[in-house]
Order: sequence, then structure tokens, then C-alpha cells
Amino acid sequence: MPEPTEVLAPGTRAPDFTLHSTPDQMLSLKELRGRPVILAFYPADWSPVCGDEVTLLNEVLPEFRRHDAELLGISVDGVWCHAAFAKHRNLHFPLLADFEPKGAVCRSYGAYREQDGFAQRALFLIDGDGIIRWSYLSPVGVNPGADGVLKALESLDHSPEAAGRTS
Amino acid sequence: MNGQLQPPVGPDDHAQGPEGAPVTLVEYGDFECPYCGQAYEIVKTIQQRLGGKLRFVFRNFPLKEAHPHAEHAAEAAEAAATRGRFWDMHDLLYENQRRLDDASLAGYAEAIGLDAQRVMQALEDGTYEPQVREDFMSGVRSGVNGTPAFFVNGVRWDGPWNDPAVFLQTLQESAGTRAGR
Repeated sequence: MPEPTEVLAPGTRAPDFTLHSTPDQMLSLKELRGRPVILAFYPADWSPVCGDEVTLLNEVLPEFRRHDAELLGISVDGVWCHAAFAKHRNLHFPLLADFEPKGAVCRSYGAYREQDGFAQRALFLIDGDGIIRWSYLSPVGVNPGADGVLKALESLDHSPEAAGRTS
Repeated sequence: MNGQLQPPVGPDDHAQGPEGAPVTLVEYGDFECPYCGQAYEIVKTIQQRLGGKLRFVFRNFPLKEAHPHAEHAAEAAEAAATRGRFWDMHDLLYENQRRLDDASLAGYAEAIGLDAQRVMQALEDGTYEPQVREDFMSGVRSGVNGTPAFFVNGVRWDGPWNDPAVFLQTLQESAGTRAGR
């Protein structure tokens, strides 16, 4: 498949992937089928706390869980870096290492910054059927906050597809 | 992302300054956040300069997973608010940012004339947790993406708050526009 040049748009099937979520565990997107998944691509671990996107998403996590959604962070940092960062910041959701081949998953979502060698700040909301329902690309220096994804998640709850699902 | 304050400032907010002031500055802050500590001094200066032209409102935005004492500090401020002492507690917390453990919070409660034991009990029971969470979520919905976050007359201000001159000028301009209408 040719590499997308922009972040994947709503209506697109979310490319599946399998990445390390801890040094000895792998996680595949398709394992989460049936529930909404929020994918948060971000440039790097260890940016300053008070304005940090991952820190903010971690605080909003109980709200995402109320909608039965799973939150996954993705950057090109390696598993040990992620492990240390997650422990230091008390993160309660997995950070996936798009480390080898570097940035391959970021690329498949159109969320890789070729010139810098790291992920864009891009957010995706994937529905229970594996379809992207909302996506957003933020300028690299700007933490996108959580209002956009939260609104998208709420409208997903009220969409006809969600209402028609029996599960 | 839209950067509009929601809900707008209302009677339940902690506010300093006249209700009809031409500028309302809202801060979403975390008592343990060092940048908020810097902002505290700057806001004080701005309040002095603008006097009655400014209403300042504080809403809680504790990043409690990153700052272990931020949540209880916020709840202690809410406890103080029920006795009309919110701002005394707010100031004490920012002036003692490095000592925000529960024992210290009890000390601050006592220092401003509250029943420290009751405050401690309220922290243990999570009495003010829903209120703090409500502030936090209103911030999330308003597009707050870190602390401190400022809204000038309901619109998020993305300029450099840590440059008091620029911040002051923005606020003065807002005051001027409002008054000139």
C-alpha cells in the first residue's frame, strides 16, 4: 500500500499493527475490536510535565474509560524508554514502541515527520469495527488537548451505528 | 481546540474583583505545578496594576498523576472556600508549593482559622473531589492542554503569560475594547 501523505481521514479502515506495549508483551490493534480505541501519536517521551499531552490524556483517562474506550500512546521511543517514562509519570495506559522498523506504524497512519524522524502529534478515534471515525493533526509544538477527541467519542456513542450494535 | 471557556464564569466560581469588570481573567491551575507558581506572582502584579478593571477567577486543574499533592491541595482550597477563605488558601498553597503534603495542608488550614481536623476528614472522604473534577473537566472541554491555562474574557489566551509586560498589555487592550463598546 502506498504511504499516505496526510493523516488518515474518517471513514478509512485503521491499519492493523502489532507493537511492543511492554518489554515482554505485544499488543495488536485487532485485539481491541468491539471497543472504541483512541490512538495518540506523539513526538517523544519526556517532554516537560505541565504542558505534556500524554500527561493530560492520562488525567482524562477515566472519562475515556467511561465510554469503554481504550487509549494507546505511540511514539518511536523504545520499550525501555517507554517503561521508565510511564512509571515516572504514573501512566495508566499502554505506550507502544514504533521502534523497529522505525516509525512504520506512524507512516501507515500518515503521522510520521520524515524531516525529524519522529511521530506527528496526531489523534485518531477508531470505532469498534476498526474504522477511523475522527482524526486530528496538531502542529508539532502544540499539545492538542483532549476536548476534540472527547467530543468525537461522545458523538460516536450517539451515532446510529453505535445505537444499532447489540453488544 | 476551540478555546472557548465553558461553562462561562458563574456564581459558583472563585473570583476576585468586581463582577462588572471589563476584563475577566480565568486561570486553570495546579497548586503543585511550578509554572503555575510563577504565574501566581505575575497575576498578583497584574491585579495590582489593573485594580478594579480586572476580575480574576481560579479553577482547579490538578495533574494529579504527575503531581502527587495537587489533588488534595485543590480539595483543601475548596474546603476553605466553604468558609469564605478560598483566596487565603490559594495564596498560602502557591507560596508554599514545595510543602503540600497532608500535614502541611492541615497546618495551612489552621493558619487561616479553619478546623484542620474537619478539613483532613473532608480530604479523606473525598468530599470536594467531585467539585475539583468538575473544574478539571470544564477545563478539558474548554481546550486546556496544560497548566497554567488562561482565558481572557472567555477566550483562551495562547500568548506568553510569563512575559508580564505582554500579558498586561493584552489585558489592558481587552479592558479598553470592552469599555469602549
